[in-house]
Amino acid sequence: MTMNHQGRPTRAGEAGPPMPHQTFTGNKALDMEEPLIFEIGHMDNCGVDLDEPMDFVPRLGNHMRSEPVELPALSEPETMRHYVRMSRNNYAIDSGLYPLGSCTMKHNPRLNEKMARLPGFADIHPLQPISTVPGAFELISELADWLMELTGTNAVAMSPKAGAHGEQCGMMSIKHAIAAKGEERSIVLVPESAHGTNPATAALVGYKVVSIPAREDGTVAVEAVIEKIEAHAGQVAALMLTNPNTCGLFEPEVIEIANAIHEAGGYFYCDGANFNAIVGKAKPGDLGIDAMHINLHKTFSTPHGGGGPGSGPVVLSDRLAPYAPLPFIRKNGDELEVVETTDQLKDGEQPFGRMTAFFGQMGMYVRALSYMQSHGSDGLKQASEDAVLNANYVRVGLQDLMTLPFGVKPCMHEVLFDDSFLNDTGVSTLDFAKAMIDEGYHPMTMYFPLVVSGAMLIEPTESESRASLDLFVATMRDLVMSAKAGEKDRFEGAPFLAPRRRLDETAAARKPILKWVAPEPTKVEPELA
Amino acid sequence: MRYLPLSDNDRADMLARIGVDSIDELFADIPEAVRLEELTTLPRRKTEMQVERQLSAMANKNVSAGSLPFFVGAGAYKHHVPATVDHLIQRSEFLTSYTPYQPEITQGTLQALFEFQTQVANLTGMEVANASMYDGSTGTAEAVLMAHRVTRKKKAVLSGGLHPQYREVVEGVSAKLPGASVAALPADPTGTEDILAQIDDETSCVVVQSPSFYGQLIDLKPIAEKAHKHKALLIAVFTEVVSLGLLESPGAQGADIVVGEGQSIGNPLTFGGPYVGLFATRQKYIRNMPGRVCGETTDAEGKRGFVLTLSTREQHIRRDKATSNICTNSGLCSLAFTIHMTLLGGKGLARLARINHMSAVALADALSAVDGVEVLNSAYFNEFTIRTPKNAHDVIEALAAKGVLGGVPVCRLDKSGGDIDNLIVVASTEVNTDEDRAAYAQALKEVLA
Repeated sequence: MTMNHQGRPTRAGEAGPPMPHQTFTGNKALDMEEPLIFEIGHMDNCGVDLDEPMDFVPRLGNHMRSEPVELPALSEPETMRHYVRMSRNNYAIDSGLYPLGSCTMKHNPRLNEKMARLPGFADIHPLQPISTVPGAFELISELADWLMELTGTNAVAMSPKAGAHGEQCGMMSIKHAIAAKGEERSIVLVPESAHGTNPATAALVGYKVVSIPAREDGTVAVEAVIEKIEAHAGQVAALMLTNPNTCGLFEPEVIEIANAIHEAGGYFYCDGANFNAIVGKAKPGDLGIDAMHINLHKTFSTPHGGGGPGSGPVVLSDRLAPYAPLPFIRKNGDELEVVETTDQLKDGEQPFGRMTAFFGQMGMYVRALSYMQSHGSDGLKQASEDAVLNANYVRVGLQDLMTLPFGVKPCMHEVLFDDSFLNDTGVSTLDFAKAMIDEGYHPMTMYFPLVVSGAMLIEPTESESRASLDLFVATMRDLVMSAKAGEKDRFEGAPFLAPRRRLDETAAARKPILKWVAPEPTKVEPELA
Repeated sequence: MRYLPLSDNDRADMLARIGVDSIDELFADIPEAVRLEELTTLPRRKTEMQVERQLSAMANKNVSAGSLPFFVGAGAYKHHVPATVDHLIQRSEFLTSYTPYQPEITQGTLQALFEFQTQVANLTGMEVANASMYDGSTGTAEAVLMAHRVTRKKKAVLSGGLHPQYREVVEGVSAKLPGASVAALPADPTGTEDILAQIDDETSCVVVQSPSFYGQLIDLKPIAEKAHKHKALLIAVFTEVVSLGLLESPGAQGADIVVGEGQSIGNPLTFGGPYVGLFATRQKYIRNMPGRVCGETTDAEGKRGFVLTLSTREQHIRRDKATSNICTNSGLCSLAFTIHMTLLGGKGLARLARINHMSAVALADALSAVDGVEVLNSAYFNEFTIRTPKNAHDVIEALAAKGVLGGVPVCRLDKSGGDIDNLIVVASTEVNTDEDRAAYAQALKEVLA
């Protein structure tokens, strides 16, 4: 018996010519167009069943709304379909290699999601009595222990909500520490290769930014730092340095640099975005850092979620520890004491203030601790080694065809190419990246760091198998050869096969349309009426 | 290790291909003195079952909101979130995608953000909204900085009805900025402070929360008028977004920036984070607005599409001249918000708001019937403040011992003493039943007896 009682044969047959027409719907089989909720929703319907409350006398004074909220609703099946269809227009780690340098797009274990949803973590309130949530503080404390141990520090401010927020916390601690010494300093040194958040944070905290040029090999020379320190004697509050740096290299003179800034009375802020390269291989505390944020959403795999939420705890040196913001947990032997307000402070504790309401990103803490416990010390070290191994494997697979700006040498967990291999091909870095989309890959980070012309920063992470890397390398090689062979059609105007062709970002910025507005009713011309 | 695809054979082959003898050769730039052999102090890897057991044991030590009569609010609220929301945000394509830098392959995230922005703008009665902030408190601090940029003045006036921790966040950021000052009014449980007297020509912005931290509804119109007379901006703050279903929108009352906490829609309590900050303003200020923004455009074939836009404000372009250092928004939490809001629509939100208000009115009646308990607020939404004859902290602890989480003692956040020590902020939402409210009133009666 066959299942097919209709008896229709389903042999593939000849392919024949390509489809000659556009579809009526604009859909392409599984690739579906989805209107906005404002175009398909209902003003008189609702996707949640709620019983109208019984009659009662409201106590809203004269604060009632004069106009109803103008928002449409979708029923539950329509909602499901709307978002599922939209989701299919997204690239994701779960669907393919995501080599965005500096972003650490690694596997997001679902155990972590499950743990974060335990009612004992997800359904507790930050201001319910402290005596009713001992497990929450135990979890935060255990995660803090892991972070301090992995970084070789004795203090960590847990509450910052993202990497940039962590930078802000670290820099505010530094500013406070300097003020506590009765000093005033106005300058923060930032290498040219830094993430944009570093200078933006320094400015936000009220500092003037002085840039340090990169050496020809892509790293920062201690002499260059000393030169700036001397040029601004007594004024340098801190140096913000990413290590491993954004060129994918470990700063070989980092200890000398730390000493130089310390000798000048300044502090060493380390951007921990690239910590994934060295977990279990070196402790930043041993390198002389005073503050470093850790992007839990990078190194410790809390999901990126299409742009957050992140989480950016900041580890602090003993010199900065007294200035950590509220709230914090004080350990008295095995007892955890929660310090939320200034009246609870003990001698020596001088928090600069508070970064956020409540205790920070608890949901992310649970996920990160679940990740750490799963890996253990051995697994974390192995993960860093595999991340570095994978990046070097990609490097070796591509270095004869693409160009390494600083010569052939090992990289850390990401490999930086420049675009000189595209010279004379007529293919731009952007074209090249967009052609990767047609091949089923998310492009690497482009045009960053700024110290290299047409930077292409590739971070495969430890989550990729060898077969996956082999296919990626083969694809990249094919693209390069194609560009060099003058096959410009493959690149100009790419992507051709994505849900959308290239989008007009200039028009979007020039005349911003940031929300949906109901179209004017079409006027009927009198002669046609 | 279950998360690592490479086998030892793979590793050996790959090292050979790279041309090194050992993995440590790839780490040669790390100074030898600081190279680690092993992290002996930390435990080794665990199976999925072991991790689950260990973390569940910790979770089980906590009293979860759903397990007892629960009336804690003060900036985070227990609401029912439809199952659809949590299912959809766990779609791989949403959960494991990055910030949508490549719009051709991230239209899903971008369209959701565009819809989110439209919902937030309409809800707050403003012209535009951004793609979200970390949370309400950090959003409020960013709003103050934005007002300083717009007005080129640096004095912020904060209402005594502002959440005390929001105030601390604003003060912390301002304290580090040269020339910036904050004039924070003392605690104002009843909404009777004279904030108008604080506004002068030096004022950059006035920050007013309604419903206030104490639950009191505040008339924003006169404050907006006075602020505008002195070329200052009104920043309207809320911590309970459901209230906007029933209350006059801040935009209609003249607010220039509306910022608040969006957790109530779509997001669980999760002990305070991650949450989602909502941020809306007037069209003319968009180039001074912090955070990511999504805009509509067309692709090369003329099809409608969406992109991140106005990036010339942002840190990756402007570096130290950026409007803020923000790099991420609260993407997945804003997705949860927009899905829940899509299920509700304006009509559903209004009904949810009415249920919440009714719930609070019923609780206020039940509690004020207890001897010695006074409800302080003349107008409120789903939260209000009571004064009890005993110390609020002790009352809350005693209630907890009786299996009722009865709210937040104001003295936990505000140490100014006096009358404050006897105040409790109490919230009641759609999740609270008549039985919950009766249990609370009964327990309070016993505690105060």
